[in-house]
Amino acid sequence: MGRAVIINSIRFILLIATQVFLFKNIGYYNLSIPYLYILFILLLPFGIPNTLLFVLAFFTGITVDVFYDTLGLNAIACTVMAFVRIVFISVTVQRDGFDNEPEPSLGIMGFRWFIFYAVILTFFHHLILFSFETFKFSELGFTLIRVVLSTFFTVFLILITEFAFFRKKIR
Amino acid sequence: MRNLWLFISKYNAFFLLVIFFTISLILLINNNSYQRASVWNSSNQLVGTAYERVNEFSSYLVLGKTNDSLAAENARLRNLLKSSYYDDSVKQITVKDSVLKQQYTYTVARVINNSVHQKNNYLTINRGSKHGIKKGMGVIASSGVVGIVLNVSENFSTVRSLLHTETKISASVDGNIGSLVWGEGNYDSRFALLKDIQSHLTIKKGTRVITSEFSLFPPGTNIGYVTDSDTRDGNSALNIQVKLDIDFAKLQYVYVIINLLSEEQLNLEAQNKVE
Repeated sequence: MGRAVIINSIRFILLIATQVFLFKNIGYYNLSIPYLYILFILLLPFGIPNTLLFVLAFFTGITVDVFYDTLGLNAIACTVMAFVRIVFISVTVQRDGFDNEPEPSLGIMGFRWFIFYAVILTFFHHLILFSFETFKFSELGFTLIRVVLSTFFTVFLILITEFAFFRKKIR
Repeated sequence: MRNLWLFISKYNAFFLLVIFFTISLILLINNNSYQRASVWNSSNQLVGTAYERVNEFSSYLVLGKTNDSLAAENARLRNLLKSSYYDDSVKQITVKDSVLKQQYTYTVARVINNSVHQKNNYLTINRGSKHGIKKGMGVIASSGVVGIVLNVSENFSTVRSLLHTETKISASVDGNIGSLVWGEGNYDSRFALLKDIQSHLTIKKGTRVITSEFSLFPPGTNIGYVTDSDTRDGNSALNIQVKLDIDFAKLQYVYVIINLLSEEQLNLEAQNKVE
């Protein structure tokens, strides 16, 4: 338990730092913008209580928002993403039969499951993020293009990060 | 109560979503000027559209009243138009000359009614007996003969146009005097017919036709030019087609010719009949 808190805290700081200092300045014009920090919410342990998950997701979003000057925007996206995560995991994973505090990471869950998981969650996060950023229906087509392209970019970065810190564990 | 708690704890993810979503949304709208403006704008737009629809419908109920008020407004504005005032000022051009005695003076008049497509065409001008117009006076425009004053009221006169079957004007072409008529066979407002020119004469096309000394117009006033001349029906006189200089359809301002000596002339000629 204590180890998981420390690991996640370090991950949180590192991901937020790279997001606001590095990835904030990277993007393909206004079309494809990476949001790697959501990897923190992706990698929270399976056993986390729903309330804590929502609080952490909200807090992560608010932290990024403070740096981005868009208070509430990333928070709303992360909140929705947390809900999608809960639904997705409850549908695809049996809760019992885990080691203590496993994470939904690439090394543990396998490539197919993980990429599916990452794409779905990233898509919902970006969908909410960009549609609330645009805040009007008239530019729906353009917003969807941005969502899809940004999802590709973010998932690509998530996979790179996961392979870089790849740890094979036996379930 | 227990069931309610069970229900909430079973679907706690959804309720948490609602709670955090609401918090985030409130934060988003309160702290970002663009989103806040968008919310207010769209709600205003919604309300505005609803009002517009209702107003659109209710405006039909007062359509008659609106129509009346518009008509009254139109009438009021029409009264203010310059054209609804009668122009009473008269410009009379008189040249004072100590050597020559003035015979003709000209009075400017505006054509207020005109016709060119009838068999007998008349004009109405905005000058009448008040301005010294009398029956039988000649009327010209800047480029040629227009007609003869037919009837005179206090403020208006009617003019028997050149385009009238009974109008005959004494005209001369190359010094040969004939009479200019219109409406014998042709009803084209651009052409008139010059008759009574002896058929042994040859009149070239393009020769100018002017008023003669015998007409009530000042001698030498333009009428038009010859476009065709031939003998028809074995007559001894030529039929000369004359293209008129005036475009009667576009007549705006005319001059009424006041012949200062005509009374003297008429009195003298009247004595001949008495004897």
